[in-house]
Amino acid sequence: MNLEGKKVTLHDMSLRDGMHAKRHQISLQQMIDVATGLDEAGMPLIEVTHGDGLGGASVNYGFPAHSDEEYLNAVVPKMKQAKVSALLLPGIGTVDHLRMAHDCGVSTIRVATHCTEADVSQQHIGLASEMKMDTVGFLMMAHMAPPEKILEQAKLMESYGANCVYCTDSAGYMLPDQVTEKIGLLRAELKPETEIGFHGHHNLGMGIANSLAAIDAGAGRIDGSVAGLGAGAGNTPLEVFVAVLYRMGVESGVDLFKVMDVAEDLVVPLMDHPIRLDRDALTLGYAGVYSSFLLFAQRAAEKYGISARDILVELGRRGTVGGQEDMIEDLALTMAKERGAK
Amino acid sequence: MSKKLKAAIIGPGNIGTDLLMKAMRSDWIEPVWMVGIEESEGIKRARDFGMKTSVSGVDGLLPHVIEDDVRIAFDATSAYVHAENSRKLNELGVIMVDLTPAAIGPFCIPPVNLKAHAEKLEMNVNMVTCGGQATIPIVAAVSRVQPVSYGEIVATVGSKSVGPGTRVNIDEFTRTTAAGVEQVGGAKKGKAIIIINPAEPPLIMRDTIHCLTEHEPDQEAITQSILDMVEAVQQYVPGYRLVNGPVFDGNRVSVFMEVEGLGDFLPKYAGNLDIMTAAGLRTAEMFAEEAANNTISLPARG
Repeated sequence: MNLEGKKVTLHDMSLRDGMHAKRHQISLQQMIDVATGLDEAGMPLIEVTHGDGLGGASVNYGFPAHSDEEYLNAVVPKMKQAKVSALLLPGIGTVDHLRMAHDCGVSTIRVATHCTEADVSQQHIGLASEMKMDTVGFLMMAHMAPPEKILEQAKLMESYGANCVYCTDSAGYMLPDQVTEKIGLLRAELKPETEIGFHGHHNLGMGIANSLAAIDAGAGRIDGSVAGLGAGAGNTPLEVFVAVLYRMGVESGVDLFKVMDVAEDLVVPLMDHPIRLDRDALTLGYAGVYSSFLLFAQRAAEKYGISARDILVELGRRGTVGGQEDMIEDLALTMAKERGAK
Repeated sequence: MSKKLKAAIIGPGNIGTDLLMKAMRSDWIEPVWMVGIEESEGIKRARDFGMKTSVSGVDGLLPHVIEDDVRIAFDATSAYVHAENSRKLNELGVIMVDLTPAAIGPFCIPPVNLKAHAEKLEMNVNMVTCGGQATIPIVAAVSRVQPVSYGEIVATVGSKSVGPGTRVNIDEFTRTTAAGVEQVGGAKKGKAIIIINPAEPPLIMRDTIHCLTEHEPDQEAITQSILDMVEAVQQYVPGYRLVNGPVFDGNRVSVFMEVEGLGDFLPKYAGNLDIMTAAGLRTAEMFAEEAANNTISLPARG
């Protein structure tokens, strides 16, 4: 693979996707410290939101240590060059949250839907685009639909005003060939000025390989997370990816040693558990399950005496999608009942 | 004189047609008119069922309201046109059951507050949202036992059962449902989440209700109250089922529900649409019962 001379925009997820791994309990000071370190390392885009996006504070997904507004107001003013983004899932957050984020100085909004349901994003993408924000459509669980369907949905988001569309491997299920196929089709068929992005999870250890395949197929934005801090086995670890990009001659504008130091000195110490490809995280990737289900399944497993792997495999079989965290306790209860009856 | 109240249905789409099929079985409501804005499959179906039809909107119905003694109208169109429909029909003494998200009248969740609305002869009642009909009864079942500081509902619906109207304004669903959780459910603060799942075969509507009580929950009283409430909803939605719970975890009370429709016109998995039409019809029936018992007097007609 020859990527020599290509340019890519990296987007850090540690303070949004990483919120899943931290049960949304990152402190304001930790947010500021990590974001400031990333800013100094030259990271162009940093996402700061509840793990489930604006308005995600809930019983269902977890109440965060601070509100989205508090986090954004803490981080945005400290940034020297980095832009701050926020995630929004229609059905969870609303345009009211979007306006709040905009008022806090968020410049990039990422509107996320399941990969077949893009038409719920019209009002949010429309408003963000009207407000001249960098407006990104984020098609989640992209492994669950064929390339043609992803393209159709991406075109909807483009038509609503998105200037960038993501193919999002929320379950860390995709393999490089599938990334190539999907990103390649998007690049061939979307408007040339529409950017294409890829968001990976490392549940099959494919974060780096998939991201490289995405760049090769035409993606210009790649998500990752310093030290991999993210749901499941984490996101594509950015300091590793930056090193690989250096080796391959791809320009990202991020300073390798500085981003390595942020990972090692700031992010690793704040982890509640090592972000690694353990049995349950691997099950997510293998069964195609939304990565943020991991800790919920582990908690339900402990409470109801069911294996987390069994729960996750069944959730995959049922075709659950992002946001269905409530099904985990529900399913664990049903499985416990069935086992009790035997 | 027949005790049945004559009714018009505005909007011959999926909801309107499903409602018509249910209303034709009712002991209290007699559907007579179907109102659309053009010739359509839905209008043709209604005609085949013996309905009089208008293809020029509510204006085509107005001249016949008095002579046909139409007393109830169901609006299954959109929030944008509802206010005008309601004004015109209310003027002629027609009670409006609003199945759109317009919510110009008070929210109505039949087992919680319908009787109060009927006794007051509210001329426009709003049926909140499908997610609201499925979950607010449970919030109310907890809050009638003890104060609920926070109520949260998660409605998961099959992709095929979510129409373009809901999709284009999904924020309206979350806002209206959250408001209903507070105003009718009795939670001090409400939150609503909707998840659309495209799995095939389509999944039956699932609803999770989380309540945070102000004080330690009285498990026995809450459990009984929820079971009673489920039974009350089952009177008009037989496929309303408690799957798991109530689960008590500190001050959290969680209940996991499933809503299967009757499969009249809409498929069985579309319990979200079925519970709207069933609740709308149940609402109209209560007005008819109250009128038959002379506890309310319908607007006078010459």
